[in-house]
Amino acid sequence: MKLLIKGGRIVDPANKRDEAGDILLEGARISKVAKNIRCAGAKIIDAKGKVVMPGLVDMHVHLRQPGLEDKETVATGTQAALKGGVTSVLAMPNTTPTIDCPESAELLKKIVQKSAKASVYICGAITEGRRGGKLTEISQLKAKGVIAISDDGASVDSDQLFLKAFKEAKRHKLLLICHSEDKALSRGGVVNLGFVSTRMGLRGISSESEYKRLQRDINLAQKAGAAVHIAHVSCKESVEIIRRAKEKGLQVTAETAPHYFALTEEEVVGFDTNMKMNPPLRSRADLEAVKKGLKCGIIDLIASDHAPHTENEKDIEFDRAAFGTIGLETELAVSITELVHMKILSWPELVRKLALNPAKILGIDKGTLGLGCDADLVIVSPEEEWIVNKEDIVSKSKNSAFLGKKLKGKVEYTICGGKIAYC
Amino acid sequence: MEFKEKAMIMDKEAIARALTRIAHEIIEKTKGTKELAIIGIRNRGAYLAERITALIEKIEGIKIPVGILDITLYRDDLTTIAEHPQVHKTEIDFDITGKKIVLVDDVLYTGRTIRSALDALIDFGRPRYIQLAVLLDRGHRELPIRADFIGKNVPTALKETVQVKLKEADGKDEVVILEQKG
Amino acid sequence: MVAWQKKDLLGLENLTAEEIELILSTAESFKEVTTREIKKVPALRGKTVVNLFYEPSTRTRVSFEVAAKRLSADVINIATETSSVKKGETLIDTGKNIQALKADILVVRHSASGACVTLARHLGISVINAGDGWHEHPTQALLDIFTLKEKLGKIKGLKVSIVGDIAHSRVARSNIWGLSKLGAQVTVCAPKMLIPPGIEKMGAGVTCNIDQALKDADAVNVLRMQFERDEGEAFPNQLEYFKQFGITTERLKSLKKNIVVMHPGPLNRGIEISSEVADGANSVILEQVTNGIAVRMAVLYLVSGATTK
Repeated sequence: MKLLIKGGRIVDPANKRDEAGDILLEGARISKVAKNIRCAGAKIIDAKGKVVMPGLVDMHVHLRQPGLEDKETVATGTQAALKGGVTSVLAMPNTTPTIDCPESAELLKKIVQKSAKASVYICGAITEGRRGGKLTEISQLKAKGVIAISDDGASVDSDQLFLKAFKEAKRHKLLLICHSEDKALSRGGVVNLGFVSTRMGLRGISSESEYKRLQRDINLAQKAGAAVHIAHVSCKESVEIIRRAKEKGLQVTAETAPHYFALTEEEVVGFDTNMKMNPPLRSRADLEAVKKGLKCGIIDLIASDHAPHTENEKDIEFDRAAFGTIGLETELAVSITELVHMKILSWPELVRKLALNPAKILGIDKGTLGLGCDADLVIVSPEEEWIVNKEDIVSKSKNSAFLGKKLKGKVEYTICGGKIAYC
Repeated sequence: MEFKEKAMIMDKEAIARALTRIAHEIIEKTKGTKELAIIGIRNRGAYLAERITALIEKIEGIKIPVGILDITLYRDDLTTIAEHPQVHKTEIDFDITGKKIVLVDDVLYTGRTIRSALDALIDFGRPRYIQLAVLLDRGHRELPIRADFIGKNVPTALKETVQVKLKEADGKDEVVILEQKG
Repeated sequence: MVAWQKKDLLGLENLTAEEIELILSTAESFKEVTTREIKKVPALRGKTVVNLFYEPSTRTRVSFEVAAKRLSADVINIATETSSVKKGETLIDTGKNIQALKADILVVRHSASGACVTLARHLGISVINAGDGWHEHPTQALLDIFTLKEKLGKIKGLKVSIVGDIAHSRVARSNIWGLSKLGAQVTVCAPKMLIPPGIEKMGAGVTCNIDQALKDADAVNVLRMQFERDEGEAFPNQLEYFKQFGITTERLKSLKKNIVVMHPGPLNRGIEISSEVADGANSVILEQVTNGIAVRMAVLYLVSGATTK
């Protein structure tokens, strides 16, 4: 099957392309990128006035399978991804069972083969059960196709053990992703520590609990000579620490999530539990620092930290509600709204943050529209406005922090493996 | 609903004369002022009660007890009206038990306010009896209640409203009939 | 005067000064009712008030119960020990069940901040916050303010100090909102670790020095200290606290002669307040309890009007 996308603005920083043109897809590959392609028998998509870019690579997604299928499944999660223009995801290991041994990695792989609608890569755990006590068998995980390791949601408290983890990750050439949080400092907190936590009488999570642990994580990585990727950067001090580490030439990469540059702690004031996440929504100053970090390259990429939870876990007392927001369906639109339209990032820069950089960091062959590459791409109406409605959400869980918000920039088509997967 | 003034039915002098007559009638019917007490219903009934008490004092040389009753909490329409009416203080600083009470209000209409007032008063004690004085009786009773002392009987239509203005609350004394506009 | 239109009373933060004044003046009328021989009026006849208490509380629960009964409402008390809450029913399910029983007003005490806000969002019936976590305790603040106004004749321009565990106090928060909206100057005073960040943005002055807090104060609201709290932080010990922050006769000597001393109760005699002060001429602690009934009658009366069709 041939698919010809005509007249769109092709944004493909991997090939230094940002101009109007046509793309021909044959089978699952990109076969031609040029002006005025003619091809008999191809199905034509008119992309005039639209932006055509590589499918998004989201390296922080909780698909919840195996074990937590009431929240999300590989099938529903990847369907949601496609709606949001995401064609590749890295699935986090905090499932039941945890992806901490070859057997559970194999189990997830089978589920993915059977039901995934987009490319799913697997992230294994650093420690058994993510309990921070004993390292997993990293080589065995790698043999089962795991491409990164993380204890996401938890941080290994023992310096000694974590140093060993970095050394192992380096030895087996696996990326180590840090959830940098010192739970002794964030103890029981549910919102950012500050005026909002005071006003609402909620226990606060200090920025300190994030950046102190983040500094330690970078120090340990440096000691091990290993690369480190920092997940969900939320506060200004973290941005500054990463800046200094990069200046020193350390192998540090960092991600943030759309809610950290689009929303502040003020959103929590009505006790809306969809605004409860970890790390918490921070202050205006933190938001500005995150934006600046994205602009000047301190923060390499944007990932959704898609964290689905059922209504039973969300629509309850704020203290007891689960942390997290879904994000696959909104990350591209929120990024366009807050970063491109607000002139923080250009379109090519945006594509780097959402597709090219995560692909490079994960070492996967995605995020580009080069000849012969996987035909994963998104066609976006950059000016179209839409409102995030609960009814329209395809993820199994509806806990979006962006419900009711107006966004500018809408996915028109998502093409995955050469096929129209969403339109 | 908008109203326009149709006619003035009592002026300052007419009100004064009516109140003087009521004061005399009360003294006559009570055979003096022994155990007599006046209680006015908020808002305008309270001012009229003060005036009648003053008139009685002028005639008999005796100051009889006077109180103010707020009947809001005893209204029979609390469960049907949105936004509860504002509650004001009841000020009855004497024991009403055994007293000959004259309840005073400005206009007697459906009788529902008086029903509420009777219930409220009974909660304060057991008077010897309760009589009713009104400046105006406009008819259209919905309960079996009648006044013992009446300033003026005014036959009205249902679409009309009677408005009593008193110096204490409105800056001047007069009674007007209002009619629905249009 | 404004008319009351809110279905719920969740806190003082979202009330206007006019709405607070309306509650206070309504409470004044109800206070007269509580002095009658027959302390009961038929205003809420046929209405059902449910007290849903997830935290043990005798004084607030009883105060609401007395208030509701004096308005002729039927009162049902539900305490967590005896309810299906223990069986794992969610807060919202419990609320919906109570609504299905055709109750009209739900009075809620809960240990989680915002629990009443969540409930009110899901229910058509009125919800009154009887204290939620560290968030708000609006009727306590209203009765504090009512008592203060009764004693000193006004609120505007008064200097009111709140002393104690500010960080974990819903009473402090509601008082700060309410008093500052009515034009009082509020100062909070506590050991540093018990002053939460950004509290000054709520409109209160902050000091850790008790003498400075009380110097020109017209009133002091003494909060109950809960030493059983396990915060994992360096908590002052009881003796030390009493020495540094306790309200004693000695301390009162250097202050305004008619300074009003309030306490939301229950008292920890000899910890945050000495017995002499608690029982002394400046104390209005028992008047607060009496006024609490009038204030809660006013609140029940007003919210019940807002849900009537």
